[in-house]
Amino acid sequence: MADASLGLWTVPLAVFGGAIRVSTPFLFVSLGECITERSGRINLGLEGTLVMGAMSAYGISYLSGSPWLGVLAAGVTGALFGALHAGICSLPRVNDIAVGIALMLLGTGLAFFLGKPLIEPTAARLPAIDFGWWSDIPQLRAALRINVLFLIGVAIAPLLYWAFRTTRWGLLIRTAGESADAARAMGHSVLLIRLRATMVGGFLAGIGGSFLSLFYPGSWNEGLSSGQGITAVALVIFARWDPMLCLWASLAFGGAAALGPALQSVGITSGYHLFNAAPYILTLAIMIITCSPKRTLTGAPAELSITR
Amino acid sequence: MDFGRISRRHLLQGSAALALGSTLGIRGAAAAETTVGFIYVGSRDDYGYNQAHAQGAAALKKLPGIKVVEEEKVPETDAVEKTIESMINLDGATLLFPTSFGYYNPHVVKMAGKFPKMHFEHCGGLWSDKDPKNAGSYFGYIDEAQYISGIVAGYSTKSGKLGFVAAKPIPQVLRNINAFTLGARLANPKATTQVIFTGDWSMPVKEAEATNSLIDQGVDVLTCHVDGPKTMVENAARRGAMVCGYHVNQSPLAPKAYLTGAEWNWEALYPKFVKMIVAGEAIPNFYRGGLKEEIVKVSPYGEMVSAEARKHADDVKAKFMSGEYTIFKGPIADNKGKTVIAGGTDRGQQDPELEKMDYLVEGVIGATA
Repeated sequence: MADASLGLWTVPLAVFGGAIRVSTPFLFVSLGECITERSGRINLGLEGTLVMGAMSAYGISYLSGSPWLGVLAAGVTGALFGALHAGICSLPRVNDIAVGIALMLLGTGLAFFLGKPLIEPTAARLPAIDFGWWSDIPQLRAALRINVLFLIGVAIAPLLYWAFRTTRWGLLIRTAGESADAARAMGHSVLLIRLRATMVGGFLAGIGGSFLSLFYPGSWNEGLSSGQGITAVALVIFARWDPMLCLWASLAFGGAAALGPALQSVGITSGYHLFNAAPYILTLAIMIITCSPKRTLTGAPAELSITR
Repeated sequence: MDFGRISRRHLLQGSAALALGSTLGIRGAAAAETTVGFIYVGSRDDYGYNQAHAQGAAALKKLPGIKVVEEEKVPETDAVEKTIESMINLDGATLLFPTSFGYYNPHVVKMAGKFPKMHFEHCGGLWSDKDPKNAGSYFGYIDEAQYISGIVAGYSTKSGKLGFVAAKPIPQVLRNINAFTLGARLANPKATTQVIFTGDWSMPVKEAEATNSLIDQGVDVLTCHVDGPKTMVENAARRGAMVCGYHVNQSPLAPKAYLTGAEWNWEALYPKFVKMIVAGEAIPNFYRGGLKEEIVKVSPYGEMVSAEARKHADDVKAKFMSGEYTIFKGPIADNKGKTVIAGGTDRGQQDPELEKMDYLVEGVIGATA
């Protein structure tokens, strides 16, 4: 560590680095939830899926020695949880929000139970790609050690945006979310569309969990998620069901999470609890600014139980 | 969020009680041995606070005639009272170790009143004369071990900047930060300790961010006071920084980065307690000690610790062992320039003033509020 005196520049750098490091789980969960909600269903259980994904990824990586198998296992676990949610919700008169809360409790409880023996061992981690090779500043190089899952997440956002607009599948999902009757009239099974959308959503959320346990912070323990899954679900509403806005919102939340520690590290120590709360204050502020009692939220799928 | 509270133990106990409730013979078989109950607030293999206690429990299991029952992840609420009752009524525990700080008042005090024949040993040191006599508090002066860690860190740092990832600015934590810094400044009078408070005992993402921020500031030796140091140790080692551990020995996590660490030594203390009880002696209600009393210990030095650092650290350790060393010896100024311990005043470990510590000493960068 030759040059150590970046001084105040550490703060924007830490926010930038934090946006990359911390945002990935938010990104995957919110994109997954975006697909599910666009099909007309809310899956609040993604917090449980995220934690289950983190646990199964760590377990499989530890047992097999391959972190990528762990990522796959996390995705499959997530998809199964999605299928469970969609399966229960396809029964008549079942409330998807209540099922989501039940699955959130089931997922976290099951992950804690099965993950008991995984707290102590160290599993193989996902590799990072060094994008900072051109820089001499060690801090910048560290911030630019990026995991490929982050890049995949960033690529999925525009892909989803495009797919919702121009592909047949995107149209079907949107139809199921805007008007179930229209989808039925076209001869499609709304339940099947939602089942698939929820499974894909769960798959992505599970992968988001694998990032937590296999890359950053990079080990399995019970406080790992501390509510990131549920924050990400809220983030979808905040992002108006738009995949690109989900990407920006996730980056903002990641950066905001890094703000508290970074300010303390340069000696701005007063009110660190306030800075730690920055992401939530940000959400509240934007929610208040953009809400209106006179109309439903722009972009909200009409079939969602919160808008109906 | 804590949903995993219905443990297998509870289910098994419940079904056992249902099935065998009427056949009273089951208690008789266990009468010859002493059953000791351990209650942890988190997971007992967290490489941290709870694992340290579990290691103490494991030492008890080796003693003849001792049966140990354990329950993990018991929150600091009414839940601990239920666990205590079930350990006493269903397992026949006569000695209980509710190991988390927040269990004591009102829960342990209440249970000690309800079960006057059982012994309660609480970790945290809050017992006062008004509390039941069958309850006791013990705690260790782990700042002595942090002081040794500080000396080693002071010799090992190249930048002169040390980092401390802390949970909350409470006296126990501040005492560790201050002892670590005072130790480091024995070795390197210009060394500083940058402290970051994460706000809670277990916040893995915040701890990782704090670790990264500190290293970005040029810090090259880190330590911490959080429940599970694993996140800090692993992330610091990945960035090429060195670490001093806390609670238990974390060197298996980062053998190349681990200098030394401040550890609890419950595996020495708990067998002592049990032997005292079996022999019918009373354990002092307020039990304290440091390196000398074998309540805390220092991790073995890592390979990269220099001979000079080892010698200095070992010298100071020897003085602690003979009881002739004081960490908080005046004059000591806080990091705002105010004298907090006047010249000529020695605040020995037992000094109640130290339990009220609300300042950071000179050399610490950070604030308590």
